[in-house]
Amino acid sequence: MSDAVLEVRNLKKYFDLGHGQLLKAVDDISFSIDAGETLGLVGESGCGKTTCGRTVIGMYQKTGGEVLYSGREISNLRGRDLKSFHKDAQMIFQDPYASLNPRMTVSEIIGEGIDIHHLAPNRKAREERIYELLSLVELNPEHAGRFIHEFSGGQRQRIGIARALAVSPKLLILDEPISALDVSIQAQVVNMLVRLQREMGLTYLFIAHDLAMVKYISKRVAVMYLGRLVELTRAEELYAHPLHPYTQALLSAIPIPDPEVEREREHKRIRLEGETVSPINPPEGCLFAGRCPYATAQCRQETPQLKSVRENHFVACHKVPGGE
Amino acid sequence: MSEHLLEIENLRVSYRIYAGEVQSVRGISFCLDAGEILAIVGESGCGKSVTAKSIMRLIHEPGTILPGSHIYYKGEDILTFDERRLAMFRGGECSIIFQDALTSLNPTMTVGKQIMENIRHHRNVSKARAREEAIELLKKVGLSEPERRFRQYPHELSGGMRQRVMIAIAFANRPKILIADEPTTALDVTIQAQIMDLIKKLAREEGTAVILITHDMGVVANVAERIAVMYAGKIVEQGDADSIFYQTAHPYTEILLAAVPRLDLNSEEELTAIRGTPPDLINPPAGCAFCTRCGRTMEVCLREAPEMLRLGETHQAACFLLNME
Repeated sequence: MSDAVLEVRNLKKYFDLGHGQLLKAVDDISFSIDAGETLGLVGESGCGKTTCGRTVIGMYQKTGGEVLYSGREISNLRGRDLKSFHKDAQMIFQDPYASLNPRMTVSEIIGEGIDIHHLAPNRKAREERIYELLSLVELNPEHAGRFIHEFSGGQRQRIGIARALAVSPKLLILDEPISALDVSIQAQVVNMLVRLQREMGLTYLFIAHDLAMVKYISKRVAVMYLGRLVELTRAEELYAHPLHPYTQALLSAIPIPDPEVEREREHKRIRLEGETVSPINPPEGCLFAGRCPYATAQCRQETPQLKSVRENHFVACHKVPGGE
Repeated sequence: MSEHLLEIENLRVSYRIYAGEVQSVRGISFCLDAGEILAIVGESGCGKSVTAKSIMRLIHEPGTILPGSHIYYKGEDILTFDERRLAMFRGGECSIIFQDALTSLNPTMTVGKQIMENIRHHRNVSKARAREEAIELLKKVGLSEPERRFRQYPHELSGGMRQRVMIAIAFANRPKILIADEPTTALDVTIQAQIMDLIKKLAREEGTAVILITHDMGVVANVAERIAVMYAGKIVEQGDADSIFYQTAHPYTEILLAAVPRLDLNSEEELTAIRGTPPDLINPPAGCAFCTRCGRTMEVCLREAPEMLRLGETHQAACFLLNME
């Protein structure tokens, strides 16, 4: 546990909507990420994965629980320590059109962090650093003086990555970094993220809904459903032996680009009935119970806790035997 | 000529903008038989949605379908239809559903009224009869409590339910053709599976032919019988699903399949990325549009555009590499 870069314990983030309505976007979530590791956080829209990422990095004030960065609670950080955390932990957003300022040039966007953290002793060093970052994300020095509207989606996303890397971070929160891009461009960006991680020893929290891509890039994967973690294990294990009924249904619903495999799977496909319940004032018990084919009375009354059922395999389900 | 339900011949569509003429669709030809499911795949900007809209004659200023294009429906060219004939064709013989059901539905009308509207526009039936049919349709698309749904407004429904309502409207007059333009892109995967199952089931029951526009090769593998791959306004390869997946002929199709990791395989290898971006369709290249990104470009690719080459009964592709073999 000691080499965990990030440790999240019982994290809660509730939004008070007024009129006595409480939206539990993130409810009692725990996980940790080791140095140099990628943890994938997956789930369907509205499950709270983005809120989780934003709360971890401190963009949202958490409602409860702990977020430890290198063993220290981030909400207790002040002054120089807080600034150093802001340098170490960087975020990459889904929409490369909305997350870059259209009135700044590329060099201003990338250079802003360098200036704030005084990472370049003079103008020449600053300029060189910007060129170095541009080449790191496979862009040219000529791009430095241009504005954002002159770039394609894939190029913009790479500018966003260069901006994050400008301050030599250790932890990157990647919030759906490729879902706004076309498939051929997705592969470019993912290959680059993998290469940068290897070269710079970065730690990733990779938030996405595309399970195939998450499996490809992550060492371990956490599955969220309506604000809670339902399953957490190594990537291959999750795909080979999913234990939670939701994970099983999710995996079975994803079509595989191979007609023969699809014809084979057609008979075995788990078909979920209904849709997710609202996370506003959620009921007691397992939130998946309404769609779960195995749900019993116990599931509707008691909230299942995440328990270890095998080595490195955690599940929150009453129907999965074993472990504590 | 009339053996196919729909036959598209040399379709060209351009948009006039301040910077020049964007040639969105650059001369494509394909056909659709009764009851089959054809998928048109490609990345954003390749012209797949423009193709779909052309079939419904939904291209508006600054876009135009250029002279010389033909879209034959049962032998009649729909590009020559007058307003009245077109009004019967749209929503009657041919229906379309879009990616975003919320903006396609009218927010000020109840769901039931919108279904009744399409029924009564095409057929001379009483209000009471149309109401019965609408409720029957809501039941058919798998919505619980159809009587209650009938009275609800689109904002009261979830994304998956709205797409079901769109499908109910589309099937109101037993169309011969359903065009589904990225019908599940905005939905979660468990809901996507439900909606694709529903489209497949209804198409089979009603004998409706489906043109599915998508960028997701997984969805294609799951539903399509035939596939057309588009790139930069042209079809680069088309054929039955197995030929496209297992005897892939065009380098672009190959890369499209290799660029996404597969859930059922464990791979540590780098993904196949295509360098660069698609060409500018204001000044489309003289040669093959893919040549700047292709790993096997030859001199001829820069000079001339490759012709469609027949490879099998239905399988064809446009690439000079195939001429060499």
